Amino acid sequence: MVKKIDRDATVAMLRSVANDVIANVDRLTDADLATGDGDHGIGMRRGFEAALESLGSKPPETIEDAFKQVGMAIMSKTGGAAGAVFGTVFRSGAKAFAGEDAITAESFAAFLEEAQAAVARRGGVEEGQKTMLDAVAPAARAAKACGGNDVSAVIAAASEAADKGVDATKEMLATTGKARSLGERSIGHPDPGAISISIILGAMKNAAEAS
Amino acid sequence: MSKPTKKILNDPRKAVSEMIDGLVLANDGAVVKLPDHDAIVKKEIPDGKVALLIGGGSGHEPMFHGFVGKNLGDGAACGQIFAAPSPDTIYEAAKAVDRGNGILFLYGNYAGDNMNFDIAAEMLEDDGIDVRTVRVRDDVAAAPPDRMDDRRGIAGDVLMIKIAGGAAAELDSLDEVERVTRKAGDNVRTMGVAVSAGSIPETGKLTFELADDEIEIGMGAHGEAGIARQKLQPADEITDQLIEKILSDLPFGKGDEVALLINNLGATTMMEMLVVNRRLRQVFDEHGITVHRTLVGTWLTVQEMAGFSVTLMKLDDELKHYLDMPASSVGFSNM
Repeated sequence: MVKKIDRDATVAMLRSVANDVIANVDRLTDADLATGDGDHGIGMRRGFEAALESLGSKPPETIEDAFKQVGMAIMSKTGGAAGAVFGTVFRSGAKAFAGEDAITAESFAAFLEEAQAAVARRGGVEEGQKTMLDAVAPAARAAKACGGNDVSAVIAAASEAADKGVDATKEMLATTGKARSLGERSIGHPDPGAISISIILGAMKNAAEAS
Repeated sequence: MSKPTKKILNDPRKAVSEMIDGLVLANDGAVVKLPDHDAIVKKEIPDGKVALLIGGGSGHEPMFHGFVGKNLGDGAACGQIFAAPSPDTIYEAAKAVDRGNGILFLYGNYAGDNMNFDIAAEMLEDDGIDVRTVRVRDDVAAAPPDRMDDRRGIAGDVLMIKIAGGAAAELDSLDEVERVTRKAGDNVRTMGVAVSAGSIPETGKLTFELADDEIEIGMGAHGEAGIARQKLQPADEITDQLIEKILSDLPFGKGDEVALLINNLGATTMMEMLVVNRRLRQVFDEHGITVHRTLVGTWLTVQEMAGFSVTLMKLDDELKHYLDMPASSVGFSNM
C-alpha cells in the first residue's frame, strides 16, 4: 500500500522510466521496422537521454517541474511524431500534478486521463487506429476504475491495461502514420508507440512498488 | 537477412549535425547554422520579405536544407534521419527568417511533421507572427484522390519549393504567396518505384526487405509500402505503369503544359533515368502533353535506396513564371 509518491521518489521514478526505455532501444527498433521506418527506438533513446541529462543538470523543485523537464526534453530531442506525442504525455503530467507535493492515486488517474485527451487532440487520432493511444486510453480507464487511495495499485492497473493494449494493437489495421500504407500487412504486428507506453508504465509500476 | 550497410561516417549518432556543418560550408558563406539547433537560414533576407521556411526529416539529401538559397527557402528546420524536426528547432528557425511580413511553412504531409510544425506555429502565433502552412501531398500511390490528406509529400517538394521560393521573393503579401503555393500543390502529382532499400545510419538496418529480382511500385520516401510488389521489368514497362497512374489522377491531358521532374531515390544511375525520360516523352506525345521544363537529377533521396520517381506539375502562366525564375542553392544548382 503506497499512498503518496513524493518529489524525490517521482524523480527516481522518471529516471527509471528513462533507463528502461533506453534499455529497450533494439526491441523498439525491431518493432518499428515491421510496420514503419525503424527510427522509433533511436528517437526514444535521444529523448530519454536528454530527459536524464535535464533531471541531472537541473534538479526539479516540484513534481510539476520534473514532468515538464522530461516532456520538454523529449519534445525537443526525440523528433518526429514520437517527440510530439510522448512529449505531450509528460507535459500532461505537469498539468495534472501542478501545485501538488506528491502523486496520489487520484492525481495519477487524472494524469492519464489528461494524457489520453491531449494525445488524441495533438495526433488527430482515435482509438483503434493502431497507435500509442491504444495503450494510453485503456490505461487511463483502468486507473480510473481502480479507484481507492493506493497509488501503486492504480499504476499497476494502468500498466496491466497498457500491456493488454499492446497485444490488442496486433489485430488492428493501421489507418494513420507511416504504417497506414501497409494496410492489411500491418495486422499481426504490435504498434511500437504502444510498446513504449507499456515500457513507461511498467517502469512506473516497479518504481512505485519499491517506494 | 540484409548485409550490414557500408557508409562513410564518423559516429552515426552525429551524422546529421556533422552533415549540416558540411552543408553550411558548401554554401560558401550564404547561410548560417543556428546555434544549438539543426537549422540553417540565409544570411541575407530583406526586411519586409514574406519568409519561406521549409523542413523535415534528414536523410533525404539534398532535401530540405539543400534548397535554402536565392529564390528558394529562406531557412530549413532539419530533423534527425527520417524524423520530423522538433517544435523548438522549427520555432527558432522561423524566428530567424521572420522579417515582419509573415511566414509560410512548406513541408511534406507526414504525421510527425504536421504535429511538430503545428506546435511551432501555435508558439509563433502567441508571439503575434502570421504563419500559414502548405503541406506537400503529391504521392498518388499513398491514397485515392478523395483522400488527399492521406497522401505523403515526396519529390513534388522540389517544384513546390521552387515556385513558393519565387513567389515569396517577388510577392509582398503572405496571402498571395500562400495562394500561388497552394495552386502549385493542387497541380502536382508524383509516383515512384523502389528497386532496393536504404538504411538508417544509426541502426545500420535496411528499412525494408526486397528480393533481388523484385521492385515495389509506389513505395514511399521512408520505405512505406507501395501499391504493388512485382518482378523487375524493362524500363518502358515500369515507366508506363507509373505514368498511367499519374496522368489519370489529376488528370493530365491534351493541351496541358507541364513541368517534368525525374528524381533519383539515391543509388540509381543517370543512365537509367534518361532511359525513363525517353519513354515518358513518347507517352506525352501520344497524349498531346507539352513539357515546358525538364528536371532530371537527385533531389529527394532515401539514403542508398535505388529507384526513381516521376513528378508532373500542370502549369499556367503564373506557375511558369515562378518556376522559371533564376535560383541557386547547394541542392538545386549553383552554376
